[in-house]
Amino acid sequence: MEQKIVHLHEIHEPKSFWTKYIFSQDAKIIGIQYLITAFLMGFFAMVLSWLMRVQLGWPGKQFPWLERLMPNAMEGGIMKPEFYIALVTIHGTIMVFFFITAALVGGFSNILIPLQIGARDMAFPFVNMLSYWVFLASCIVLIASFFVPGGPAGGGWTMYPPLSSVKEALPGSGWGTTLWLLSMALFIASTTMGALNYITTVLNLRTKGMTMGRLPLTVWALFVAAIIGLLSFPVLFAGAVMLLLDRHLGTSFFTPYIIVAEQHIPREGGFPLLWQHLFWFLGHPEVYIAILPAMGITSEVISTNARKPIFGYKMMIASICAIGFLSFIVWGHHMFVSGMNPWLGTAFMATTLIIAVPSAIKTFNWLATLWGGNIRFTTAMLFAIGFVSTFVSGGLTGLFLGNPPVDIQLHDTYFVVAHFHMVMGTAAAFGIFAGTYHWFPKMFGRMMNEKLGKLHFFLTFIGVYLVFFPMHFLGFMGIPRRYYAFDQFQSFAAAAGGSINLLISVVAIAVGLAQLIFVLNFVWSAFKGQKADSNPWKANTLEWQAPSPPPHGNWGDELPVVYRWPYDYSVPDAAEDFIPQTAPPVAAKMRKGESKDGKVSGDQGR
Amino acid sequence: MTKRKLGRIDAVLFALLIVALVVTAVVTVGGRFWWLPPLASEHGKAIDTLFIVTLAITGTVFVLVQLLLAFSVIRFAGGEKRRAVHFTDNRTLELIWTIVPAVILTVLIASGGRLWSRIQIAKPPEDAFKVEIWGEQFRWTFRYPGKDGQFGRTDLKLVSVENPLGIDKNDPAAKDDIFFFAGEENLHIPINKPVVVYLRSKDVLHSFYVPQLRVKQDVVPGMVTKTWFVVTKKGEYEIACAELCGLGHYSMRGVMVVEDENDLQNWLKDQLTVADVLP
Repeated sequence: MEQKIVHLHEIHEPKSFWTKYIFSQDAKIIGIQYLITAFLMGFFAMVLSWLMRVQLGWPGKQFPWLERLMPNAMEGGIMKPEFYIALVTIHGTIMVFFFITAALVGGFSNILIPLQIGARDMAFPFVNMLSYWVFLASCIVLIASFFVPGGPAGGGWTMYPPLSSVKEALPGSGWGTTLWLLSMALFIASTTMGALNYITTVLNLRTKGMTMGRLPLTVWALFVAAIIGLLSFPVLFAGAVMLLLDRHLGTSFFTPYIIVAEQHIPREGGFPLLWQHLFWFLGHPEVYIAILPAMGITSEVISTNARKPIFGYKMMIASICAIGFLSFIVWGHHMFVSGMNPWLGTAFMATTLIIAVPSAIKTFNWLATLWGGNIRFTTAMLFAIGFVSTFVSGGLTGLFLGNPPVDIQLHDTYFVVAHFHMVMGTAAAFGIFAGTYHWFPKMFGRMMNEKLGKLHFFLTFIGVYLVFFPMHFLGFMGIPRRYYAFDQFQSFAAAAGGSINLLISVVAIAVGLAQLIFVLNFVWSAFKGQKADSNPWKANTLEWQAPSPPPHGNWGDELPVVYRWPYDYSVPDAAEDFIPQTAPPVAAKMRKGESKDGKVSGDQGR
Repeated sequence: MTKRKLGRIDAVLFALLIVALVVTAVVTVGGRFWWLPPLASEHGKAIDTLFIVTLAITGTVFVLVQLLLAFSVIRFAGGEKRRAVHFTDNRTLELIWTIVPAVILTVLIASGGRLWSRIQIAKPPEDAFKVEIWGEQFRWTFRYPGKDGQFGRTDLKLVSVENPLGIDKNDPAAKDDIFFFAGEENLHIPINKPVVVYLRSKDVLHSFYVPQLRVKQDVVPGMVTKTWFVVTKKGEYEIACAELCGLGHYSMRGVMVVEDENDLQNWLKDQLTVADVLP
C-alpha cells in the first residue's frame, strides 16, 4: 500500500495555479477552501442575525437606510414579519450546516486527518474535491433564495410542514423553500462524499505504528462524527425528497387535508409528525456531528498547551463513541410536546439525560488535564478553555430541556435559544477558532498575530455571554422564540419589551464587529504573518513533523513511523517537555506504559 | 513585558471574567429578578419544583466547574522554569465522575418520569370539563360539546363561511355543540376543575401555550392532540402560539377566561348551538 501511495504522489503533483489552489485534490487545500467558505457563510449569517437584533432591539423604529438596501423586506424602514422569520430560518440553517458543520467536519477533517494519521492524502482525492464543489453549489443555491419571488424559506431551520409544504401558507414557502430543500440535498450529497472519504482514510491509510489506540483525539472525534453523518444525513435527504414531492407533485407524506388562506388543499392522510421524526433523526445527531470535532480540537489544544497528557485518553475515546451511539436515540426530546405518544417521551428522556454522563466525563477530563499543567496561553488555548466554559454553561441547561415536564414550560422559548447558542453555537464556534489559531501555521506556513487573537478572544468571550446568558431569563419568563415582536401580548411585552433585548442587540452587533479583528488577522497573517517553523507549539502529533505548510504528499519520500501515543508531554526525566509520536523508544528512554507506574496517584494531589 | 507576564495577565483576566459570570448568575437566579410567570395551575406546582431542583443541581455544578476552571487557569499558568506534572489517568477519579453524574441523572430521570406520567400519560378524570380548541393562521377558536358531553363529527371538507369548523350537522352528537368564529369569543373554562382540551388545526402546526398554567401542547393538522389541567386562580390568561405558524405567528393571541363553574354554565346556556346556527 505504501508503494502505491508514493506512486500516486509522484504522478499527481499539481503544477498550475488552477489545479493546485482551485480544483485541488489535495486535502490540505480542500480543507482551507472549506474553512474559508464556511467563514464567509458564517459571517453572512451573522449579518442576518444583526438584522434580527435590529428588529428585536428597536421594534417599530424606522431605519430608512435599511429600506434603501432592501426596499421590499424593509418597506417604510420597518422589517416585514415574513422577512424576520426568513432571517431566523436562514441564519439557523447557515450557522448549523454551512458554518459549523462545514468548518469542523469539512474543514478540519481535511486539514487534520491525512496529516495526523501519516497519510499522503485522503483515500479518494477526486471525490474529496467533488465534495467541496458540491458544497459550494449548495451555498450558492441557498443564497440565491434571497432573490426569488417570496424571498427565502421562512419555516424555521426545522422546516416543519405543512407550513413548508404548502406555498399558500407563507411567502417564503414558494420558491424559497424549494431552493432550501435543493440546497440541503446538495449539502447532504457533499457531506456523504466527505464522510465516506474520512472513514475510509482513517481505517485504511494510517501509517506504520499508528494504531487506533494511538490516534489523536481530533482524529477519533472526526472519525466518529463522519460515521454519525454517514448514517443520519441520508435520512434527512429522504425527508427532503418527500417534502419536495409533497410540494410539487401533490403527494401527502406530510400534508393532510388542510385549509390555508381560505383555500382547500386537497391532500389526504399526510402526517406532519413524520417529518419531525425524519428531521430530528438527523437534526439531533447533527449537533454531535458539530460538537465532537470541536471537542477533539479542544482536547488536542488543551493537552498541547497545558504541556500535559490528555487525562483519561481511553475514557475520552469511550465517551466519544458513547456520545456517537446515544446521539441516534435521543431525537424525540425535540418532540415532547409535539403530540407524539407520551410514553415515547419517557423513553427519550432517559436516553437524553444519560448522554450527560459521557459529556461530564469529557469535561472533568479536560479539567484534570489542566490540573498540574504548565499552561501556555496561546489564543488557541484561550478559545479551548472558553470552549470548556461555554460547553458547560450550555450543556447543563440541556438537563432542563431533556426532562419533559420541565420542557413543557421551556420548550420553544428563549431558554432553548440560549441553550443551543451556548452549547452548539458558541462552543462549536470556539472549537473552530481554537483549531484555526492552532493549525494556521500548518495551513499557511505563517503565524497568526497573537495580540490581535487575544483581543478577538476576550471581546468574543465577553460578548457571547452578554448576548446569550440573558436569554435564559427571557425563557424563564416564558418569552417564545421566533417572535417578530412582543407587543401583541401584555405579559410578553412587559417581560421582553424592556432593556434586556436592547442590551442583547447592542452587544450582538458589537461582538459581531469584533469578528472583523479575526478576519483581518486571518487575511493579513496568511500573506504577511511571521514565518512559522514546522513545530511552533512543540506538539507531538504527526502534522508537526511535516514542513509548514506540508508539500503535496505531505511527507517527502518516506512516510513517518509512529512509536508512541500523541500525548507524551512533560514525561519525567525526558530532556524536552514533549516527545513527538515519531520518536523511537530509545531516544526518549521513557514510554507511555513506563511513565504510568506508581507516579500517577502520587502526582494526583497537587 | 515578558511572555510569561502576558500569560499571567491572560489567566487573571479569564479567571476574573469567569468569577464575574458566576457571581452575576448566582445573584440573578437567587434574586429571582426574572422568573417564571406566576403559577395558576395544579400540576404546575410539581413542574416548578422539578424546575427548581434541576436549577439547584445544574447551578451547583455550574458554579463548581466554572470556578475550578478559573482556579486551574490561574494556579497552573505557565512559566519558563516550571514543568507540568505528569499523569495520564486515574481510575478512582474517573469512576467518581462517571458514577456521581449517573446517579444524579437517574434521580432526575426517575422524578421527571414519574411527574410526566402523572400529567401526560395518566388519563384525565371522567367528569372533566371538555373543550375543543382550534388553531388557524393566526387566531384561536373554540367548540364546546354541549349537554351531551360529546363533540359532533367534523370534516374540513365541510368548511364554509357559515360552518368554519366543518361540523357535520347531521351527526346527532353535533346538534348541541357550541362553536365560535375565529376571534369572536374568548375561551371560558371553570376554576378548580379538571379541564381537557382537544387541540385541532385547520392549516399548519400551532402550539397551545399558556405560560401561567405551565401548559404547552402542539396543535397538529390531521390529528387531535390533547392535554389537561386544573386552573387554580380566576382571571384572564393570554393564549399564545408557541410553534412557528407563519408571518403572523407573533400575533396569534387568544384569551382564556377562568371563572366559577356556575358562571360558566350560565354563559354557555346563553350561547347558540349548531342546531340554532346551522339549520
